[in-house]
Amino acid sequence: MTGLLDRELLFVSGKGGTGKTSIAAALADLAVRQGKRTLVCEMDAKGALAAAFEVRALSFHASEVQPGLFGMVMNTEDSLKEYLRLFIRIPLVGRIGPLARTFDFVADAAPGVKEILAIGKLCHEVRERHYDLVIVDAEASGHIVAQIDAPRAIRELVQVGMVRDQTDWMLEILGDSRRTGLVVVATPEEMPVIETIELVEKVQRTTDVDVAAVIANRVLPQWFSSTDAKVFQSLLAPEAQAALAAAAGAKVATVFQAASLAQARREVAVEYLGRLRKGVPAAVPLLLVPELFTRSGGRRVVSLLADALHDELIDAGGAS
Amino acid sequence: MARSARRELADLLSAKEMIVVCGSGGTGKTTIAAALGAQAAAVVGGRVLVLTVDPARRLASALGLESFGNSVVQVPPQAFADAGQECRGELWVAMLDTKAGWDELIRRHAPDAALRDTVLANPLYQNITGRFVNSHDYLAMEQLYDLHSAGQYDLVVIDTPPSRNALDLLDAPGRMREFFGSRLLKWLTVPYRSRLFTVASKPFYQIADRILGSRFLQDIAEFFVLFQTMERGFVARAKEVERLLTDDATAFVVVTTLEAAPTREARFLAEELQQRRMPLGAMVLNRTLPADVRQPAAAKAAAALGQVADDAAATERLATLAGAQADAVQHVLAEVAVRFRDVAIIAGREAERRRELESLVPLTAVVPTLAADVHDLAGLLAIGRHLLGDGSR
Repeated sequence: MTGLLDRELLFVSGKGGTGKTSIAAALADLAVRQGKRTLVCEMDAKGALAAAFEVRALSFHASEVQPGLFGMVMNTEDSLKEYLRLFIRIPLVGRIGPLARTFDFVADAAPGVKEILAIGKLCHEVRERHYDLVIVDAEASGHIVAQIDAPRAIRELVQVGMVRDQTDWMLEILGDSRRTGLVVVATPEEMPVIETIELVEKVQRTTDVDVAAVIANRVLPQWFSSTDAKVFQSLLAPEAQAALAAAAGAKVATVFQAASLAQARREVAVEYLGRLRKGVPAAVPLLLVPELFTRSGGRRVVSLLADALHDELIDAGGAS
Repeated sequence: MARSARRELADLLSAKEMIVVCGSGGTGKTTIAAALGAQAAAVVGGRVLVLTVDPARRLASALGLESFGNSVVQVPPQAFADAGQECRGELWVAMLDTKAGWDELIRRHAPDAALRDTVLANPLYQNITGRFVNSHDYLAMEQLYDLHSAGQYDLVVIDTPPSRNALDLLDAPGRMREFFGSRLLKWLTVPYRSRLFTVASKPFYQIADRILGSRFLQDIAEFFVLFQTMERGFVARAKEVERLLTDDATAFVVVTTLEAAPTREARFLAEELQQRRMPLGAMVLNRTLPADVRQPAAAKAAAALGQVADDAAATERLATLAGAQADAVQHVLAEVAVRFRDVAIIAGREAERRRELESLVPLTAVVPTLAADVHDLAGLLAIGRHLLGDGSR
């Protein structure tokens, strides 16, 4: 298997709320540590990527957020303008009045147009080798297949024209598992696990894009070994609790209540991790990233997540 | 949560006829929507319908939603009795089916049967309805309108689709209306030949033609010529659906967790609702840690537990009480003491974000983090009691 970060284009998807953006940012951080010139692109322009890197705002034009690390947000209208400028050599595109206003409607109505413009920009960056690695903070699991499969969909719908001709080289990049991969982020909960299993199956069945890894994010730590868990349970008995309250104060009950909750959530998480491992083909590596308790966002979290991913990638075997 | 907040939320559900539950992905929207509906049926009464989008399989089957389709099923009153909850009203549930919803719209608005069949059979139809003007969002709002105006329910609670952007949902009816009035549609539906000579659209046409190819444009145009015959019906509906969102009978409920990104999005959503004059009824803070975790006395108790762990005589006594080895007891107590700090850090962060959201929204309701996922009516009702109380006022 090609190492995850040795590829040139990585899409990071997953159910909403699983931490796609943080994971995309952490993968980029890790790549930069390895000396790779890296671009991260946020597709849905919510500003989460800028928040992760603690910069004011990112735009369609990539900016260097730290040495070797570049950030941008996708904007299909800008992408269209760039495309027109580069490939059709239409000067002064901005002057074409109706273009901007009408564009949104065309893109909405004509199937695949928005997707192809976005994917085209990403593939273009890869083809031109502007970066060693392009990481995409991609659409959530419900929309990602339409996104990565756009060039093929367009080929089927559009018989002639420039867009069709452009799909060949995009398909070549997207279908090459040494160059392109999809990373699916899940949390060990019911819906994210189900969506991840379904997404991996669908991507493998309907597209040529390789599923490079599944990342289980926010895995709660194990508080107790199985023997300790039994001792913990026995300490919840009324006599033991009374003795503990006498020694450490009445609020011992609150502390144990929090521990019980954490223990129960951990058990649920372990069950879903098992389901995730069973539901995803064995050839797809499953990387575990722990829940972080130190900070809630920003560069520090990106860096801590990158540390965790680094350890996991070494465990997964020579990937880094 | 304070008793009065529960009462206020119960009041909201008895005063409103439509509740739109929105928020960012992964915050538990679907479960909260179902819990609000179930508890409203139980304690407020009346006929309550929950329209859900993509429930977890186990929850769906627990509610009797075995199959897709726009059919509405009643949760049997016996299920409430089995869950130990008296139910004053009726709970009905349905699942949103976008494809069936679109077909239904075409059937309704098509001027005649021949045109209807042509549209439904058009190869671009499925592709286009699947994508444009955020069709899931529009459909959800359209169905809400439909169910409400049928007058069969006292309260309709709608769970909203996972959008790329929560605002898409609010703007969907307006965009649908605008689409039919757009220059694009007019331009696309002008006969092919004369389009070449329309001066204003010429540069655009040339570009589009070069990029997409005239054949593809022609396919799209043909489809929209068909589609335009339904303009009047679609536009009239979209306007009414749009009006529904600012109606007095509607309230939005924003669901969020107290993690960084969802909180940021919830705040943004609350502000945008306000700007659009769409009534934000309440915000549900889901999966919060118990508040007493933050009490200084709890932190003290955790620290004291650490000392108990180091006290050989004490652990020996506890070991006898618990029927365990003394070193195991020592280990467990030390672990509990240390890990509690992590929990307290998160609880502190949550409290900070909670204050921030409470300053924005008139009514917030809190649902604690639960030991297990919710898979049945009993679980929904347990959440419902956190939100609305148990009906004893």
